[in-house]
Amino acid sequence: MPIQTLPTGQVAWQRRTMPARLARWFGWLLGVLLVVQSWQVMNADTIWEFVYDAPAQAGDLLVRMWPPRWSVLDQLWRPLWDTLNMATLGTALGVVLGVPVAFLAARTTTPSATILRPIALLVIVASRSINSLIWALLLVTVMGPGVLAGIIAIALRSIGFIGKLLYEALEETDANQVEAITATGASAAQRIAFGFIPQIMPTFAGISVYRWDINIRESTVLGLVGAGGIGLQLNASVSRLAWPEVTVMFAAILCTVAVSEWVSARVRAAII
Amino acid sequence: MSGAAIRRWRPPPLIANAWLRLAIYCGAALYLALALGTLEVNWARVAEGLVRGWAFVAAFGEPDFTSRWGEISEGMVESLTMTVVSTVLGVALSLPVGLGAARNLAPLPVYLACRGIIAASRSFPEIIIAILFVKMFGFGPLAGMVTLTFATVGFMAKLLAEDLEDIDEAQVEAVRAAGANWAQVMVFAVQPQVLPRFIGLSVYRLDINFRESAVIGIVGAGGIGATLNTSFDRYEFGTSAAILLLIIGIVMIAEYSSGIIRKRLQ
Repeated sequence: MPIQTLPTGQVAWQRRTMPARLARWFGWLLGVLLVVQSWQVMNADTIWEFVYDAPAQAGDLLVRMWPPRWSVLDQLWRPLWDTLNMATLGTALGVVLGVPVAFLAARTTTPSATILRPIALLVIVASRSINSLIWALLLVTVMGPGVLAGIIAIALRSIGFIGKLLYEALEETDANQVEAITATGASAAQRIAFGFIPQIMPTFAGISVYRWDINIRESTVLGLVGAGGIGLQLNASVSRLAWPEVTVMFAAILCTVAVSEWVSARVRAAII
Repeated sequence: MSGAAIRRWRPPPLIANAWLRLAIYCGAALYLALALGTLEVNWARVAEGLVRGWAFVAAFGEPDFTSRWGEISEGMVESLTMTVVSTVLGVALSLPVGLGAARNLAPLPVYLACRGIIAASRSFPEIIIAILFVKMFGFGPLAGMVTLTFATVGFMAKLLAEDLEDIDEAQVEAVRAAGANWAQVMVFAVQPQVLPRFIGLSVYRLDINFRESAVIGIVGAGGIGATLNTSFDRYEFGTSAAILLLIIGIVMIAEYSSGIIRKRLQ
């Protein structure tokens, strides 16, 4: 019983025993030490004069960014179209590649739980832990700058996302429906087509649209590493210190992201 | 039943309205044709790249940890320290913002201000915010840390505010009826309802911050991303493969342990 005897002889209740309290106290101590140490290591090379200067720099940046040079918008339609294409085609490719991976990874549908399932899970983890910008960096190095590198980068990142959410949905399907289909003498393919797919279809549509929305957001910046789209113009303008153009591009990115979010919210509300 | 054709059963389609379905299919086909038609691909360059691509895949077979180990370890330490500091700072700052952004707890002006902060932090990708902060704070991990902190505040505050708006009002009323002041209501009625999920989300955010810290180095905000970028520029695929394997490894460890922590909290 976590109780303590007060000096007056009274017995007082406590939430935790003494060892538990000590353990928690040391846990907090270690946590604080870790943060302080991290702060010091991280800032070892920081030049503080630049940091003190930051508010002035921010003000300077704002002055230079205003007024926006709207004429640059004429050159942005094509990159925006490319951005949309990278996100959409990339999502489509990601869906095509991700769905089989999900079926291999789900315990309920995998043909071999000992060999194929771990491989599929590894594919999902590898795809998920690497950001699409890093995939784009890699692909631009390999196949040259351009929209294609962006599409494949988006697709490679989407495999893991779609694969993970879809395989979780597949594992949560109602076994009774599948059993009923099996009892009619259905083959493995028919079991998937009539037992599993109708159950996951709404989830699948929702996941795809959600990923498309995220991909629009990500494809706006893929150009920073050379993979086409509006990021490419943004990078050029930032390098030329053409801040009035950067303002217009920020506005364009903001609008694109807002529209894609609105579309995805509407579609998901209609499906579910 | 002469003349009546045998009607086959078909599974019901996802979109019930036949005309809408047709329109969506036609629109999708048209878009696909347009998109593929305007796609500019330099196939000669791609074919040339396949050799290099193969060299990169082969590099995963023998990742080169040693020849650039100094730079890799420096980048990793920067990334990890940035992750820890920005998560702690961001979570601490997200508490007041999240409280202010819950409509049932905050007055309207505070609510609007806090929602504004959340919207500002969430509407741009991290890397764009990083560009601005690098301009302001100079190159290095401090700019990256500020970026990640800013992004963490938006993420955590939004989810915290949503949780706070969903709390059980009966408990708040009960504590208030016992004569509690505002701080006591927060501590005894509100906090126990949202804390487990908040801690779980913080751990999850730690995960995300590490992944992002690997990226924002590309624009000069410190961390492993800069090292990775350099290795690609030098075509040192062995080093790139080593860095990517390290990132995957750390993310897997982080994801696995955050899964355990979140399971224990529930």
